[in-house]
Amino acid sequence: MQVPAFFEYQRATSVAHVVTLLERFGPEARIVAGGHSLIPMMKLRLAQPELLVDVNDLHELAGITVEDGVLRIGALTRHAELLASPLAGEHFPILHDAERVIADPVVRNRGTIGGSVCQADPSEDLSGVFTALRAVAVVRGVDGDRTVPMREFFHGPYETAVRPAEILVELRVPLQPGAGSAYVKVDRRVGDWAVAAAGAVVSLGPGGVVEQVGIGLTAVGDADFTAVEAEDLLRGRVADEYTFAAAGEAAATHCRPVADQRGPVDYKRHLAGELTVRALRDATARAHRGGSTE
Amino acid sequence: MTVNGVEQVRDIEPRLLLVHLLRDELRLTGTHWGCDTSNCGACTVWMDGLPVKSCTVLAVMADGRSVRTVEDLEGPFGLDQVQQSFMDCHGLQCGFCTPGMLMTARKLLDDNPDPTDTEIREAISGQICRCTGYRNIVAAIRHAADAEAAGRGDT
Amino acid sequence: MTGTLEGCAGPGFGSVPRKEDGRFVRGRGRFVDDIALPGMLHGAVLRSPYAHARIRAVDATAAESHPKVRAVITGETLAARGMAWMPTFSHDVAAVLATDKVRYQGQEVAFVVAEDRYAARDALALIDVDYEPLPPVVDARLALSPEAPVIRDDLLDRTDNHVFDWETGDADATAALFARAAHVSECDLVYPRVHPAPLETCGTVADFDRISGKLTVHATAQAPHAHRMLYARIAGIPEHRIRIIAPDIGGGFGNKVGMYPGYLCAVVGSIVTGAPVKWVEDRSENLMSTSFARDFHMHGEIAADADGHILAIRVSVLADHGAFNATAQPSKFPAGFFGVFTGSYDIAAAHCRVTGVYTNKAPGGVAYACSFRVTEAVYLVERLVDVLARDTGRDAAELRMANLLTPDRFPFRSATGWEYDSGDYPRALRTALEMADYPSVRAEQKDRWAAFERTGKGPLTGVGMSVFTEAVGAGPRRLMDIMGLGMADGAELRVHPTGSAVLRLSCMSQGQGHETTFAQIVSHELGLPVDAVEVIQGDTDNTPFGLGTYGSRSTPVSGAAASVAAGKVREQARQVAAVLLEVAADDLRWDVGTGTADGGSFSVAGVPGVSVSLREIAMAAHGGLDLPDGVEGQLAASTVYNPPNLTFPFGAYVCVVDVDPGTGEVEVRRFVAVDDCGVRINPMIVEGQIHGGLADGIGMALMELVAFDDDGNHLSASFMDYLLPTAMECPPWELAATVTPSPHHPLGAKGVGESATVGSPPAVVNAVLDAIGVRHADMPLTPAHVWRALQGRPIRPDIAIR
Repeated sequence: MQVPAFFEYQRATSVAHVVTLLERFGPEARIVAGGHSLIPMMKLRLAQPELLVDVNDLHELAGITVEDGVLRIGALTRHAELLASPLAGEHFPILHDAERVIADPVVRNRGTIGGSVCQADPSEDLSGVFTALRAVAVVRGVDGDRTVPMREFFHGPYETAVRPAEILVELRVPLQPGAGSAYVKVDRRVGDWAVAAAGAVVSLGPGGVVEQVGIGLTAVGDADFTAVEAEDLLRGRVADEYTFAAAGEAAATHCRPVADQRGPVDYKRHLAGELTVRALRDATARAHRGGSTE
Repeated sequence: MTVNGVEQVRDIEPRLLLVHLLRDELRLTGTHWGCDTSNCGACTVWMDGLPVKSCTVLAVMADGRSVRTVEDLEGPFGLDQVQQSFMDCHGLQCGFCTPGMLMTARKLLDDNPDPTDTEIREAISGQICRCTGYRNIVAAIRHAADAEAAGRGDT
Repeated sequence: MTGTLEGCAGPGFGSVPRKEDGRFVRGRGRFVDDIALPGMLHGAVLRSPYAHARIRAVDATAAESHPKVRAVITGETLAARGMAWMPTFSHDVAAVLATDKVRYQGQEVAFVVAEDRYAARDALALIDVDYEPLPPVVDARLALSPEAPVIRDDLLDRTDNHVFDWETGDADATAALFARAAHVSECDLVYPRVHPAPLETCGTVADFDRISGKLTVHATAQAPHAHRMLYARIAGIPEHRIRIIAPDIGGGFGNKVGMYPGYLCAVVGSIVTGAPVKWVEDRSENLMSTSFARDFHMHGEIAADADGHILAIRVSVLADHGAFNATAQPSKFPAGFFGVFTGSYDIAAAHCRVTGVYTNKAPGGVAYACSFRVTEAVYLVERLVDVLARDTGRDAAELRMANLLTPDRFPFRSATGWEYDSGDYPRALRTALEMADYPSVRAEQKDRWAAFERTGKGPLTGVGMSVFTEAVGAGPRRLMDIMGLGMADGAELRVHPTGSAVLRLSCMSQGQGHETTFAQIVSHELGLPVDAVEVIQGDTDNTPFGLGTYGSRSTPVSGAAASVAAGKVREQARQVAAVLLEVAADDLRWDVGTGTADGGSFSVAGVPGVSVSLREIAMAAHGGLDLPDGVEGQLAASTVYNPPNLTFPFGAYVCVVDVDPGTGEVEVRRFVAVDDCGVRINPMIVEGQIHGGLADGIGMALMELVAFDDDGNHLSASFMDYLLPTAMECPPWELAATVTPSPHHPLGAKGVGESATVGSPPAVVNAVLDAIGVRHADMPLTPAHVWRALQGRPIRPDIAIR
């Protein structure tokens, strides 16, 4: 079996403790939560941190709540917990759509929301979800908390706005009453990373006109996981198949996929369009039903 | 940590994987490994009551927690029903994925005593079997659910 | 459907639970990585990052000074022992540890022996190898071009990458039929490189005893006796001082037939250190370096008359054999049993030409339940028939039915010289079509097409089928050998004084349930309870010689051997019974009984109430009874079974899929499998084998692939990239059986271990292509491949997607 190289290990007792340790060890320290991104990289020795800071005891980082019109998801929330959360599903069915197709049930028992977004894998499902939702990341460092909109969170593959001595503590999603949301993914097999995926959040005004919309794209080369052009095109127009098609075309045109064994560029570009349309269709249908999956 | 209800104290390197602690240090070789990337699920054990892939958990991360492996399924009164059902339904061939499948199956039935076939398939979808084509594994878990329902007197 | 198949009745036979399961469900199986010997050390292999590079120098000094490292073995170490190269199963040599060049990514360069597995891995990073990268040969179609670099410059006078040319059939007769055919269809098909990927990787614990000079090797070995001879030849240790023990094996599928460098390095490591050495490959090593499967680039032509009768088939194949020709197959068959490509049809003439080439890829080629390339043959013919149906506007089922061999033609000699033993193909296909309700699926398909044309939305439905003929159970030894070892297998049966028995076999289970099935064979012959028969396998010191388990040969060969040995014991028992009952042996009548501990019994014909049981006979045979001349006493027999011919199991499969034309996603909705493997000894086990093979078919048809980029980098080196089907992709298989016994097997049984792996891929591919209305696209039909096929620009699977 592949095994990691040497490192030191500390189990953090508080978020402040994490920050202190990160501060002391600098970039050679890494946070480990579920470990499902980091430990395989360490086994391949692509990652060789000197210190691992285990945050699994930090219950202050866990939990899903709604406060003051915001859905708050702790960074240590496990995928399985988000999938099982009625609160999350009630407000944003997109979260359940996505969690249902992330990895597999056993991995979801362990992997965390914070770990997934901080890994910033270009194919990470939740990245496209939280950008579509216009979520805000709360990051804590030695100077206290700061917030980063998820649309500014990703600085390229495997790079985020979280600085070496900081830790992501939670994701805040402003509630959007009446909005519908959905996530659609194409993979080669259950549990595989996305070939491409799209998430959509749609708020409708009178006459079925799109008031606000968020579209997240995964695995098609958008550094910020967002289809801004498609969003711009939709706002103020009636949410119908014709508009969706135009939005899909915009998403396809502006994405920048790269070829790999999951598919060639033209196919991924096509999927960006097709899945944008499907996500919009599903999200809009849910918006017409008041935002729920019923 | 406790493993199968027994307190275990070991001085280990932080990098030791839980699967190696179980297999090499504690000689609980019923937990297998089949990949390095948490895809195959042969290494599935319970940690604090939840199935996890022990090839992707550091043993130190299990410190203070409880771990349960396939060796703990059989009780003083005989085999766990999932073990018996896997035998009755030919739910195994080479036996390599079986311990992981059994641990997931036990957890599924604890949480959901009457799962649909689709729910069973989803529950084991992070675990690869190369021999059975899954059909008899699904049948075995279904069989266990029925047997346990009958044992409870459910109709 | 289990238990009551026509032709499968008989004492001992039936769906009895498996004897091996009790240990596996308790986590008490004993696999190679479970073995821990006192003082055991751990090995790790340093592998080449390059597909093709000259080795200028290997510096292991830093690794050697690691405090936990006990030895570092390099190509030079092995060369000094004459072990740097080993013979392959296919008239070639392969590097054990590279000395001159590396020839594929992942090739073995050095071996570290350390006190624990973590330290062994750490020390790999301390070995400094100076490589001079060379241009690799990645595309098999360019391997013979004059500009291609020569991979095998280790071989004398080598100026190209050509391995062999081989042909079969009658070229002139075939050409004549093509010339007068009303219709000819052609198709290029790639059966891409895949990997058997058993869930347990390959591994070994080598233990050399310096005092006795005896080497004990615990290893994942499907063919322990063949391995013993190889160790003797390569390491120079006399064969009687080598003991191979195969413990429980976590799936093989052909992956564990071959001899791998890691095994030999562990042996050398043990010789050098004096301690047992364990080496178990990780998943990447397994996928990158051990025996791959397939990699056949085929051009097929099929000729038919105006009525749709198939006249002839012509094939040319480019076979990518990787860097060393190490296919594990009968040595006189460089393309395996590909010659059965005329399939289940009545075809007057056929011809095939195969050219093998070297490329900078891992060696191997015959694995993954392929029945020595019958897999490729079945895929070829079943795809060609579908292409012919499409080109001539015929229904695929009707075209097949009109061309299938009929039962009256058996034994049937095919146009390429294979003698099919028995079969009823139309019955199998009829059964499968009825189960699938073929007409209603076709009607549904039509409706779906109409809806798609109206709305542009899917899903589209497709139905695909295959009627396959397998060829399994090699030998006969006259025709078939592995490294000069004739493919015959031994069995030894001993009935103990108290009436229980032990059967020793040369084959080795990897999950097939030999401990149960072979006990059932003895039970069938002697009337003993299945539980009263212990089956010993996988230990060369305690089993008779034989070639092992692969190519679905255990039941056809070892099963026959067990039956013959038991028959000999029964005849001995008759002689003893004759003495006991004081009658002539010829006057005794055998009654196999009901499987009680007494076993069967002999009674005197026409004298009711006078009988003696096998148990009583066993005691008497070990006792003081005066036995006639020629009867040795005790109750034991051995045999070597040399099969007179292969057995030819067959089946008809129907697959129904739904395809989303907007995304290319495929869902296998139904899979109907009608298999005929002759008499079924344990129908439950047979069906389990079929289930597993059907999942393989889903895997190969839809997701499994080993591809390489332009630099020869392996693109499928983990289970994140080499995708295997999960429970979600596999439908609930729908099985049925027909029983056409083999006329030459003592039990009427045929092999079945690979039938479904062989037969299912074309059914899935035919269904997907039927759904999307595309003439041909290569496997694996991932969403991208399906979508591109729909665009008329199919993806070539063997090279990186661009």
